[in-house]
Amino acid sequence: MIRKSLTVLVIDENHIRASIIEAGLREAGHEQVTVVHDVAGIARRIAEIEPDVIVIDLENPNRDMLENMFQLSRVVKRPIAMFVDRSDQASIEAAVEAGVSAYVVDGLRQERVKPILDMAISRFNAFSRMARELEEARSELEDRKVIDRAKGILMRSRGLSEDAAYTLLRKTAMNQNRKISEIAQSLVTAAGLLDPGES
Amino acid sequence: MAAEHQINAGFIPLFDSAVLVAAREIGFAAREGVDLTLSRETSWANIRDRIAIGHFDLAHMLGPMPIACNLGLTPLASDTIVPFSLGLGGNCVTVSNTLWTGMAAHGALPDLDPARAGKALGVLIRERANAGREPMRFAVVHPHSGHNYELRYWLAACGIDPSREIEIVIVPPPFMADALAAGRIDGYCVGEPWNSASVVAGTGHIATVKAAIWKTSPEKVVGVRKAWAEKHPEALSALLRALHHSARWCQDPANRGELAALMAQPSFLGVSPALLMPILTGHLALGGVAELSVEDFFLPFGKAANFPWKSHALWFYTQMVRWGQVKHSAAHMALARDTYRPDLYRAALKPLGVALPGANAKVEGALTAATPVGSAGASLVLGPDGFFDGRIFDPDRIDDYLAIRDWAMPTG
Repeated sequence: MIRKSLTVLVIDENHIRASIIEAGLREAGHEQVTVVHDVAGIARRIAEIEPDVIVIDLENPNRDMLENMFQLSRVVKRPIAMFVDRSDQASIEAAVEAGVSAYVVDGLRQERVKPILDMAISRFNAFSRMARELEEARSELEDRKVIDRAKGILMRSRGLSEDAAYTLLRKTAMNQNRKISEIAQSLVTAAGLLDPGES
Repeated sequence: MAAEHQINAGFIPLFDSAVLVAAREIGFAAREGVDLTLSRETSWANIRDRIAIGHFDLAHMLGPMPIACNLGLTPLASDTIVPFSLGLGGNCVTVSNTLWTGMAAHGALPDLDPARAGKALGVLIRERANAGREPMRFAVVHPHSGHNYELRYWLAACGIDPSREIEIVIVPPPFMADALAAGRIDGYCVGEPWNSASVVAGTGHIATVKAAIWKTSPEKVVGVRKAWAEKHPEALSALLRALHHSARWCQDPANRGELAALMAQPSFLGVSPALLMPILTGHLALGGVAELSVEDFFLPFGKAANFPWKSHALWFYTQMVRWGQVKHSAAHMALARDTYRPDLYRAALKPLGVALPGANAKVEGALTAATPVGSAGASLVLGPDGFFDGRIFDPDRIDDYLAIRDWAMPTG
């Protein structure tokens, strides 16, 4: 018997993350996926789409509004409950830690929904990892820039070689138990104060 | 020295999280050996979920929220207790300029008088219904909130049926002013600074305040996961003492500037410190040129503000029953009453030798003036605690209270 595939609504203000979830759902064979970034007019959208499952990011401040709406069957024709309600504790923790929550139409069998939540959890985690790596790469690049500028200042003002300037920065950082980039930033700031033309 | 107790707490960016925030930032928690970690959250649902799975041991919560959890009215509910209240009052009802102009034309004055404002609003609501237009839309922060209940109480006492004659929607506090300015709602009930935000923007007018609808009435609380509290009684006691000192500090007018600067920081409210002066002083700009000083507008400490009165829990419970959120039964009532834990508050504060109420509940609305009351050790002043319609809530006569059908005040 072929079961009608579930209709999934993804509510996420983050466009990139929402696309990642949507792609994952489609790859898993869920063709009826709708993505909404803005909750304005969400009641009408829910009434039109009649989703079986709603996936929402936990950073969305409108969760209280949505939950209230789910409890009013006037707006949403079928009562919607929180999936994690009937799930195991491990799933609940994994979902909250990943920053995602899912609501399902009451009565929908857990084994049909669990793969969707599991997929959402893994994609949310993958997205956070990616965002973290991007952020690290970005700050590494900035650190390197500020260290280069600090080296330049030391080379000019104290006549040091590039290697000697770097060694001095590193030694100072170690002595003060701080990061090289912090020492470099202090130096660049100080130089800027002493000589506005310098920075 | 390493802290004796590690405690994780969540909060929502509202001014009445101040006692928790100051406990950490001014050092009251550290002095009691508590390493208090605060996490800012974006919704009450997140607070509830993270309490349930153990990320938070306790959190800044709406007073009715732990009761709703214990009654199983919310998803992912876990047993939650209330050993401490974070303050009394602090909310306002703000309406759009258009609505205020209409209300003023029907007798509303910039005096925050709930009866007069409600009467004028009722005329407009009926005019609108007669003209066949959509009902007005008001926003509150959560279905299980003091805001929802005081808005409904006010309207019903003024002869307006809040379930039929207007629409009540949920909007997150920081979005209220924008929703009002954009015309998506006609009014809202929220805590500060989100009322003054509309007044400063010139897009709203404060029509009345919680402190006028029900004087010295309960608002936010510290909700604690029951399982955690039972396992860590000493950590909880230490924290409650820290919160007591923090609340006293927050109430002291000498600290207003420092508290405003603290709460204004991006990691807490992220607004200008000036926007926090109305709640600190009780001196409100109402919209236009109108200004008013409101007595006991927000009390983080005074008038036994931190005592978790069982009568407050029971009043919230009666409102849940009244508005169809839960069926009345002896078992439900007991769950609500047992959610608030004055015994834990008293046990934690007893060593400090401070004024403590001797009773666990009081008749709400009985005090028409500030009244010194008998208490263990030192003097304590309570009240006035009246409802604007003159009704009394006697926690020993809940069935009579729930039997009231005609809530409208006599029109005069």
